[in-house]
Amino acid sequence: MHLFRKDTPALRPPRAWSNAGRAEAAPFGRSEAGGPEVSAFTLDNGLDVVVVPDHRAPVVTHMIWYRNGSADDPLGQSGIAHFLEHLMFKGTEKHPIGAFSKAVSGLGGQENAFTSYDYTAYFQRVARDHLETMMEFEADRMTGLVLEDSVVAPERDVVLEERRMRVETDPSAQLSEAMAASLFVHHPYGIPIIGWMHEIEGLNREHALDYYKRFYTPENAILVVAGDVTPDVVRRLADGTYGRVTPQGTRPTRLRAREPEPKALRRLAVEDPKVEQPTLQRLYLAPSCITARDGDCHALELLAEVLGGGSTSYLYRKLVMEQGIAVNAGAWYMGSAIDDTRFSVYAIPAEGVSLESLEEAVDRTLRRVPAEALDAEATERAKTRLVAETVYSSDSQSSLARIYGSALAIGETIEEVRRWPADIEGVTRDRLAAAAERYLTPARSVTGYLTKARDAA
Amino acid sequence: MNLVDTAPRTATSPTAALPVATASGIEAWHVESPVVPLIALAFTFEGGAAQDPEGKAGVAQMLARLLDEGAGELSSDAFQERLAARAIEMSFHAGPDSIGGSLKMLVKHADEAIDLLALALAKPRFDADAIERVRAQTIAGLRYQQNDPGVMASRRFFKEAFAGHPYGRPSSGTVESVSAITRDDLVAMHRALIGRGGIKVAAVGAIDGARLADALDRAFGRLDLAAPLKAVPQTAIQDLGRRIVVDIDVPQSVLRFGMGGVPWRDPDFIPAYVLNHVLGGGSFTSRLFQEVREKRGLAYSVGTSLVSHRACSMTWGYTATKNERVGEALTVIAEEIGRLISEGPSDEELQKAKDYLTGSYALGFDTSTKIAHQLVQIAFEGLGMDYIARRNNLVANVTQADIRRAAARTFADGKMLVVAAGRPTDF
Repeated sequence: MHLFRKDTPALRPPRAWSNAGRAEAAPFGRSEAGGPEVSAFTLDNGLDVVVVPDHRAPVVTHMIWYRNGSADDPLGQSGIAHFLEHLMFKGTEKHPIGAFSKAVSGLGGQENAFTSYDYTAYFQRVARDHLETMMEFEADRMTGLVLEDSVVAPERDVVLEERRMRVETDPSAQLSEAMAASLFVHHPYGIPIIGWMHEIEGLNREHALDYYKRFYTPENAILVVAGDVTPDVVRRLADGTYGRVTPQGTRPTRLRAREPEPKALRRLAVEDPKVEQPTLQRLYLAPSCITARDGDCHALELLAEVLGGGSTSYLYRKLVMEQGIAVNAGAWYMGSAIDDTRFSVYAIPAEGVSLESLEEAVDRTLRRVPAEALDAEATERAKTRLVAETVYSSDSQSSLARIYGSALAIGETIEEVRRWPADIEGVTRDRLAAAAERYLTPARSVTGYLTKARDAA
Repeated sequence: MNLVDTAPRTATSPTAALPVATASGIEAWHVESPVVPLIALAFTFEGGAAQDPEGKAGVAQMLARLLDEGAGELSSDAFQERLAARAIEMSFHAGPDSIGGSLKMLVKHADEAIDLLALALAKPRFDADAIERVRAQTIAGLRYQQNDPGVMASRRFFKEAFAGHPYGRPSSGTVESVSAITRDDLVAMHRALIGRGGIKVAAVGAIDGARLADALDRAFGRLDLAAPLKAVPQTAIQDLGRRIVVDIDVPQSVLRFGMGGVPWRDPDFIPAYVLNHVLGGGSFTSRLFQEVREKRGLAYSVGTSLVSHRACSMTWGYTATKNERVGEALTVIAEEIGRLISEGPSDEELQKAKDYLTGSYALGFDTSTKIAHQLVQIAFEGLGMDYIARRNNLVANVTQADIRRAAARTFADGKMLVVAAGRPTDF
């Protein structure tokens, strides 16, 4: 990803939370049209299957995606999706605790899992001859999980340490949490994926098992296999493993509140003695690729790249290169979401520049976007970069597996993924300007300041 | 029906890497892979942050950040526009012993990408505005991390472990040292590091050997031979047995701990690598993962790795636990190391570690960029082109006697240098 320039602090989109600190970053690009010949089919029990061929090396990426994420956590149990993801490594009746991980590592495989707002996924990367073994284990833990209090309690401590590591010791992460909580006044995207500290502390075995029984079913899952395999082989192996899991009859429903039309500009600040470098963050409520099927999501994707994708972007040019008021500035858009989502603009002030004057400069710059930022050359450059990213991601079978898995998990189709580059190419200047005018407005925004706390009196 | 050979063969194997020698004498490793229409190029120049002058830590890194900020006739924004217009991804970074770079491009833009790389390497402009911008960005980055417990712990660890040695200074410098860097420092560092002599190159992608040779000549062939490097004296981790607290008001302490090591080029490296995998290597089965995380819930992340620099090697580990449990976590870690010193791994543990390490080796070669970077790393270490083909046998042949020897060289008597950033209550 080249959203961020060098090591200058950049305020990144929220990432999926993984079981261990070793997961690769989830890609935000998409696959190229005319890329690999992706096949899809559905097993009799409702499990969707996607096969992405990559015959360059004799390895496969095996992923199972569940259509539930932190935004489906029951009220008062924030973090349960992520906690369950950790607990899924605690064994089944057939394969006691540790057996799956030992099998994976004994076969020279790698594994992990991650939880996001809208989905939870588990994966292994192994030599292709071990695909069936992975399917057997993964199908078994779709319904066979066994949890004892003796393993639940230490794992809850692990998650609490995870939260301490990523949030409780990091004021910028606290600002990000507060801003999301403010942006989404009604929708659960305002709740952190890992959950609030006090609610994680109260999560227990029953919460986990209730949640597990509700969501971990074949008709709620998507199997993605990328690598040195053919669709016929995957179908045969999947039928013999996942195909034996009993369906529940219907896919579990997700109850999602819809955000009201926002009316209030919101501002907030985290002041902490540890902050030595202030930062300015802005979030706007924007439609996602699911809520804006009319094409606004492609316009927003391109707008984020034009405004804030690296050192040729409009914000970087104006604020860093021309005015010297910031040392970095950028934008990102989290289009891959079921419900209305975030569009972000951020800037890091140059030395001696207050956040107030930086914010004024940002707003002045943003107001000129429809008139100044959308010239043909800049737009062409942004399109080229976004489309090239899809070629670059087709160099990585695990990226491709993630692209297709995440798209299907939020309700996109394979055809929509394949069409994505063409849709980006097709965005007109008028659509870009309209998207900027419609969505980058004060009433849709939350502005956050990260500043140093003054010494206590 | 079995899985083998049901699919068309379009393999991209790193063991198929071929040497390419160009007219100007650049040597490179090459894997041709026609499937995806891109080319990934990786390269390193000998000499990195350890070459920074006294009091000027951060010069090599700043040089790396300035190479694409204007070159030849192109100002910084013109250069960046040329890259962006064709989605060419060019990046440089400085490590302790090298400046590395990578270039990723669509095949159709290869000529433009190579021309821009040649310019960036041979004719960086070091314009005053670019220097000041990069300086300001670097300082902002340093301030942003200044009170991050992980960064604080790592910086203090290296400062103590390698006191008085260039490895004890941070590659990214400090606010003070970066403020002191001048254009002359950058020009001198460029002359010292960016030369034809110590370069290692690998290319993977949809390009044939003849075209690649031509491209490499254009990219690197016109560079001068670099000025001689300062000698970096061999060193080893100091202060084993010492425990240091970096005070910061956070609920969780970040721990860094270190012991001796074995360099990659040493015959005992592979046994040490296998031993490290048993202790804290990257899977859910390591002893530290099991004892610290799984059984006791002491931490989210815990592990160890082998560090191999030109002038030192060590074993270094990381974890983070709430302030009240720091002592407990350290006791568990020390006990596991102690058990490995006195008893070694069980035969079964050793076999499983070898199975994992041999089986998973291929997974590190699943993208063009990863293959290119691994090849360059192997070239930089001087391990030989056949290393990838040999490596799994080296792992498979490790015996308990090898492990004991490696344990003696790395863990020795089990004493560690430990740094904790936070407010540990029982440390």
